[in-house]
Amino acid sequence: MSQEKIAKEMFLPAEVDATKSEEISKPSLNYWQDAWLRVKKNKGAIVSMVILVLLTIMALVGPLLTNYGIDQQNIKHNNLPPRIPVLEKVSWLPFDGELTRKNGDVYNAYEMKNVDNYYWLGTDSLGRDIFTRLWKGTQVSLYIAFLAAAIDMVIGVLYGAISGFVGGRTDNFMQRITEILVGIPNLIVVILMIIVMDPGILSITIALTITGWVGMARVIRAQVLKLKNQEYVLAARTLGLSNGKIISKHLVPNLAGVIIINTMFTIPNAIFFEAFLSFIGLGLQPPLASLGTLIDDGFKVLQLYPYQMIIPAIVISLIMICFNMVADGLRDALDPKMRD
Amino acid sequence: MAKYLTQRFVYMVITLFLIASLTFFLMKIIPGTPFSNASKLSEAQLSIMIDKYGLDEPVPVQYANYLLNLLKGDLGVSFQFNNVGVTDIIVNSLGPSATLGALAILFGTFFGIILGVISALKQNTWVDYSSTFIAVLGKSIPSFVFAGLLQYYVGVKLGWFPVAFWRGPEYMVLPTIALAMFPLATASRFVRTEMIEVMESDYITLAKAKGASWFEIAFKHALRNALIPVVTVLGPLVVSLMTGSLVIEKIFGIPGIGEQFVKSITINDYPVIMGTTLLFAALFVVVILIVDLLYGVIDPRIRLAGGKK
Repeated sequence: MSQEKIAKEMFLPAEVDATKSEEISKPSLNYWQDAWLRVKKNKGAIVSMVILVLLTIMALVGPLLTNYGIDQQNIKHNNLPPRIPVLEKVSWLPFDGELTRKNGDVYNAYEMKNVDNYYWLGTDSLGRDIFTRLWKGTQVSLYIAFLAAAIDMVIGVLYGAISGFVGGRTDNFMQRITEILVGIPNLIVVILMIIVMDPGILSITIALTITGWVGMARVIRAQVLKLKNQEYVLAARTLGLSNGKIISKHLVPNLAGVIIINTMFTIPNAIFFEAFLSFIGLGLQPPLASLGTLIDDGFKVLQLYPYQMIIPAIVISLIMICFNMVADGLRDALDPKMRD
Repeated sequence: MAKYLTQRFVYMVITLFLIASLTFFLMKIIPGTPFSNASKLSEAQLSIMIDKYGLDEPVPVQYANYLLNLLKGDLGVSFQFNNVGVTDIIVNSLGPSATLGALAILFGTFFGIILGVISALKQNTWVDYSSTFIAVLGKSIPSFVFAGLLQYYVGVKLGWFPVAFWRGPEYMVLPTIALAMFPLATASRFVRTEMIEVMESDYITLAKAKGASWFEIAFKHALRNALIPVVTVLGPLVVSLMTGSLVIEKIFGIPGIGEQFVKSITINDYPVIMGTTLLFAALFVVVILIVDLLYGVIDPRIRLAGGKK
């Protein structure tokens, strides 16, 4: 047998060093470094983050890039399709200023109306530049969403933390309130609130937050209930730390993951609701624009000038998709369940 | 179980009572009367109208009357038509909405489950990635955007299906697809996650060792257990259907509850707004309760509070 030919000298005794068996070979990472490593692996989330940053930058600087104001009307230049210098020469791109009639004829709207201007994304039925309005609208939509998410976060975290931390009768009472609030579909509350208050940026935000915080409060309460019985909280208490300090120094940092995940899901939800309200006629009033009002306006002329709806529709879909992808990625990276 | 049911029922009644009161008082705060648009009415006519609808009585009396009528199932009289009860309007427009909702949830969950099973079985292949992509789109793209694009491209450009109205089965295709996207996306995500977990369990290994075909394993053994958590998303799904129905019925001109609601908002028809709001709320509350009960029935491993030990 060939195995027998292996010489004894080829074997070396393995060194057993008790001090090295527990050596940590990789650098130790804290929660956030670890989470970042996991997010980085999720390509969809990273791409979405980049797109969101670009969209946010465009929402801020976009309206300044053109020479047109957001409510500057030019009736002579109404309903012009997108036309962009240089790109108009590329025939397969829809930036050549051409429109299709219902019978299939293709004509250049700019030549027909003798317009020399370039409207990058066209104009609407009042001759307002869509590029300017689109980014202004994105800005308003994002503003409403961030504001609503921030308010939800503050109320939800406070309510949930107090309810969970104090416990006892307070908790019982506060939970009964949330139980009833959860039973009310927020769609109805939002619509009713908007009917009562006139639609505006602030009233839409308030309407969104009235029941919006309940989800956050419940998650936070559950987390706090679990965390407050852990040994490090007991240790902190034994060392004489006040309740406020325990909440701010020990509980809140451990809740950060849950808070971030929840907020990331609130933002697309708020954007959706704002657009939804505009679509059923309860949105912002002109000259204000949001993605919802732009889609609503575009929808009215969809058959003749489809670009007027498609452009804001693409932006809102992109925002929603990216927020959902980032939120999913963050949940996978930060989910406390996976770390317990 | 009985204690749990009673408790839930009490909560349900409280919630509905709160919503009823909330809608009533909010409608009272709104400035202007429902007749403010009808400028041709003389003073005398106006006072007759106000008297007829009981709008001259003190608010607490109106509130009490409203609640009493509510118990009798009388939701008041609509302002937009002559003497048509809100209950009648709701009953008449319930049909299309219910049909559309049922179709959307059936179609959506059916294809969602299939999509979820396939992507779980073909985990991390292009099939899985494309179904994930569909699910992300379905969850993210607002239903009215999707409905508008469907209407334009499939209805107008391709001319495959009627663009609007509600006159026969072919009219149901586009609205159903538009409304079904969210259920489809949600169901497929849930089924995928659950299937992957279930496929790793011992009894699936046993079924494989027995030599059962993959079809039998997937649909007879795995799917049954994977479907249980899907029941929990039924609540959010019904909410999405309600939200969706408002815009989709408006877009496709379907004479349902949602369209009626949106129309009432624009013309300040308060009784109809209050009636539909209550209907939506009641539907929501009942569905949530049914889902919770179903969950215990379907999965014997879960017992509701106070159940058998």
